[in-house]
Amino acid sequence: MEVEEESKPIIRVSGLLTRFGSQVVHEGLDLEVRKGEVLGVVGGSGTGKSVLLRTIIGLNRPAAGRIEVFGQEPAGLDAADRRQLEQRWGVLFQNGALFSSLTVAENVEAPMREHADLPPALMDELAGLKIAMVGLPHEACAKFPSELSGGMRKRAGLARALALDPEIVFLDEPTAGLDPVGAADFDLLIRELSDTLGLTVFMVTHDLDSLYAICDRVAVLAERKVLAVAPIAELEEHPHPWLQSYFHGPRARAARKARQ
Amino acid sequence: MNSEVATISTAKSKGNHASDTTWLEQGQGGVLHLKGDWTVAHARRIDSLILQARFEPGSVNRLDLAGVTGFDTTGAWLLLKLADRLSVALPEGMAAAPHGVPELVQRVSAARAEPAEPSRRGNPFVIILARLGNATLEAGREAGAMLGFMGATVAAAMAALRRPARLRLTATVHHMERAGLNALPIVGLISFLVGVVLAFQGAAQLQRFGAEIFVVNLIGVSVLREIGILLTAIVVAGRSGSSYAAQLGSMKVNEEVDALRALGLDPMDVLVLPRVLALFLMMGPLALFADLMGLIGGGLMAWVALDIPPTLYVDRLTNAVSLWTLLVGLVKAPVFGALIGLVGCYAGLQTGGSADSLGRQTTIAVVQAIFIVIVVDAIFSIFFNIVGV
Repeated sequence: MEVEEESKPIIRVSGLLTRFGSQVVHEGLDLEVRKGEVLGVVGGSGTGKSVLLRTIIGLNRPAAGRIEVFGQEPAGLDAADRRQLEQRWGVLFQNGALFSSLTVAENVEAPMREHADLPPALMDELAGLKIAMVGLPHEACAKFPSELSGGMRKRAGLARALALDPEIVFLDEPTAGLDPVGAADFDLLIRELSDTLGLTVFMVTHDLDSLYAICDRVAVLAERKVLAVAPIAELEEHPHPWLQSYFHGPRARAARKARQ
Repeated sequence: MNSEVATISTAKSKGNHASDTTWLEQGQGGVLHLKGDWTVAHARRIDSLILQARFEPGSVNRLDLAGVTGFDTTGAWLLLKLADRLSVALPEGMAAAPHGVPELVQRVSAARAEPAEPSRRGNPFVIILARLGNATLEAGREAGAMLGFMGATVAAAMAALRRPARLRLTATVHHMERAGLNALPIVGLISFLVGVVLAFQGAAQLQRFGAEIFVVNLIGVSVLREIGILLTAIVVAGRSGSSYAAQLGSMKVNEEVDALRALGLDPMDVLVLPRVLALFLMMGPLALFADLMGLIGGGLMAWVALDIPPTLYVDRLTNAVSLWTLLVGLVKAPVFGALIGLVGCYAGLQTGGSADSLGRQTTIAVVQAIFIVIVVDAIFSIFFNIVGV
């Protein structure tokens, strides 16, 4: 439990170029994520937030640029090292992306089964624990994803992302589609996990409440690059027109008011 | 320090971690020292240590966490488990906990307080009986629903006949191309090869009686009446029946079918009718092509292996078969096509929410389509036998 240097980057993206056919999504994008912080990533629809997340975890191949996670380049690793690396992060996809033929408990156990050497009884206990921690009722363990609501699927997806106690979690719009109470709980949970576990959180979100409530810093994607990375209070003063309308629109005012 | 220090974790090192690591160490005055990484990577060993540890009741009243170098939710769970076994109250019984640990333990212990689900298990005999009963009822329901679906499709087709504007012409033509035109090469090739095989095997048997010339009759009648159409039906069921089930199934999973309904469009008109109609129309030409290729394959083999020249082959063929032989085969084609389309669409629309269900429905579409085609073929045979063609 030694205290790590606060500002040490755990993810470093530099000069990233992503394109699909002739459409360029990112060009010369740089971003650093510090250890232990909760980083929110915002941007208009189609600015490539989810693409950035997918590129960092290696689901998309960038056309150019360098991506380092834990000081290693995922693209340049062999299969065994990659597996090792993948155990150190968890991903929550937009719609949960649960395996539809497995129950919720089996979904949470899937990464444990693959990556960790655990006795089955302990695996059941831990799966039950993770499912309870994300706020799902115990009955949900035996249910199939198709029997859950959208919000519950998301929580189950988070439980799976946290199965191996990763150092980084990538969240793709974690609170979208949740009711306000559920979303606030979710925010609180993420913040608590980040505080208690030293978890680094990379969160793509549109939820202004989340930004104000839990993000240490916010990265703004626009014009194919990261326009600014700063605590939210500083971003409010940013002169860029999109940021102005983002932070001074009616919804932002309401979120800020709620915060104060 | 003193002789009472007992190291518990020396026995049995499973896994590849350094075996000199100690996670639990009993100290003086009822203190148990926790050491090392209490993380998921070491969970197996820590768990077995906790389960194996033998302590006098009340011999431990405090857990000292000063030596803990790593901690996560799995560690917190194991710590709670240990405390339970030793009946040490947490967090009071926890000393020198590193930063963040008490909060985490509290969080985990709060989550643990959730009530456990009562397990429901019945008599296995009753369960099997219930499953059998449910499967029977399900099969009956399924047959009824399928018949209903067929009726609904026919009704939609009749309505489209009365008002042709309702018919999706573009979609129908698209499916005719995909299921009909694009299937020509594979249907033709398979029929050709089966024609070759038929000639070869038939000749081998008929040669014994010096009747190899009758191989032409064998090929002509069997290809035109049965083999051409059945092969076509099986290929189309595998190609198009399965693809219809998968298309409609994934549309169902994505709520696209519901979206159509919500837009005031009938999935019957938009999805089912064009597909069924396309197969209804294209099956005949496909079967005709299959017949032709089968005859060519047989003729080629007869020429090569039996020295029956093409002119003689054609001559014998016109004697052996009549137009009726061809028509008896072809009249079945539209019926088979419609059945394959119906079964495929129906199976697709029955898909539940999971990838598993989609796979199952695709299998069902193909297996049921082939089964139904063969049953109907048998019925046709009996019918033709009675009317005497």
